[in-house]
Amino acid sequence: MDEFNASKPIYLQLADRIQRQILSGDMKAGEKLPSIRDMGIKYSMNPNTVQRAYSELERQGILETKRGQGTFVSERQDRLVLQRDKLKHEQIQQFVHVMQEMGYSVAEILSGLEEYLNHVERGG
Amino acid sequence: MIRMTNVTKKYRNQTVLKDISLTVPPGKIIGIVGRNGSGKSTLLRLISGLSLPTSGSVTVNGETANRRIGKVVSYSAELGSFYPIFTVREAMRFQASQFADFNLAKADEIMKLMQLDPHMKIKALSKGHRGRLQIMLTLAREVPYILMDEPLSGLDPMVRESIVKGMISYVDLKSQTLLMTSHEVSEIETLLDGFIALHDGSLHRTADVEELHESEALRISEWMKKTYL
Repeated sequence: MDEFNASKPIYLQLADRIQRQILSGDMKAGEKLPSIRDMGIKYSMNPNTVQRAYSELERQGILETKRGQGTFVSERQDRLVLQRDKLKHEQIQQFVHVMQEMGYSVAEILSGLEEYLNHVERGG
Repeated sequence: MIRMTNVTKKYRNQTVLKDISLTVPPGKIIGIVGRNGSGKSTLLRLISGLSLPTSGSVTVNGETANRRIGKVVSYSAELGSFYPIFTVREAMRFQASQFADFNLAKADEIMKLMQLDPHMKIKALSKGHRGRLQIMLTLAREVPYILMDEPLSGLDPMVRESIVKGMISYVDLKSQTLLMTSHEVSEIETLLDGFIALHDGSLHRTADVEELHESEALRISEWMKKTYL
């Protein structure tokens, strides 16, 4: 499938995708996830890979599996908030790293970001 | 577990497979990849017991793969041969009469998913529908090993997608293992746990797909191009 690239394990890409849906609020706390098989069918993906993605998110405390009932988005808001912060930090770190590599100063990054965000806010 | 030990296969004086040793663990979907003529189909036929090695041994769950191995292996050839005057339902009943493990209820379900008309004569089916029929007949058997030779070859993208979805829906990896050959590697990449790469009849590599992504950041097709497979 073209939606997945080879630079990273597919199960982690699926885990990232599910995580983004949860953090953006597309999936709510306590909501039930599709079964492993249904998720596999949706993305034409090996059920073993889906299982690995679910396990990874469980390990991070974002998903919970209830025996005999299925897999759910964790009700524990603290874990979600924590994960949200972590993701934000990662993205900013990456962005700043690239900008500094290209020689932009802190002041330039800040003003550029501000300008861009103002522009977006105005609906540009 | 499928185990091949020092397997060589010759047809007359042509060597098709050279000294292959490998194991396929249960509960996985494994792709056999390689160019035309690399020995993919022969490998699959040896495991199905329809063809015997010239030297070396092939075992499935500890038993030698010969004609009798069909009780634990469901094999689908690239060019399925059906009685053309049969209807879809008759082909189903025929399969059920040949294999005690053929699950008619499951076959019915797959037939509906694949939108096959049970009353259609096989000779009137399009190539795509024949492909679907073959998937139905192969997957409805409750056996630990399912072998498919080029299940997607020559079919249009929509049929290929419905076949892939059928595989995910009806192969139970808790109790079954799926082994298939394919030219359309990029299309089945997310479906595979691992792959067996053949080159000119020799085993080139067996690997986990995610391992390839992690260690070399390549898709199977890219890796094949890189290594001139």
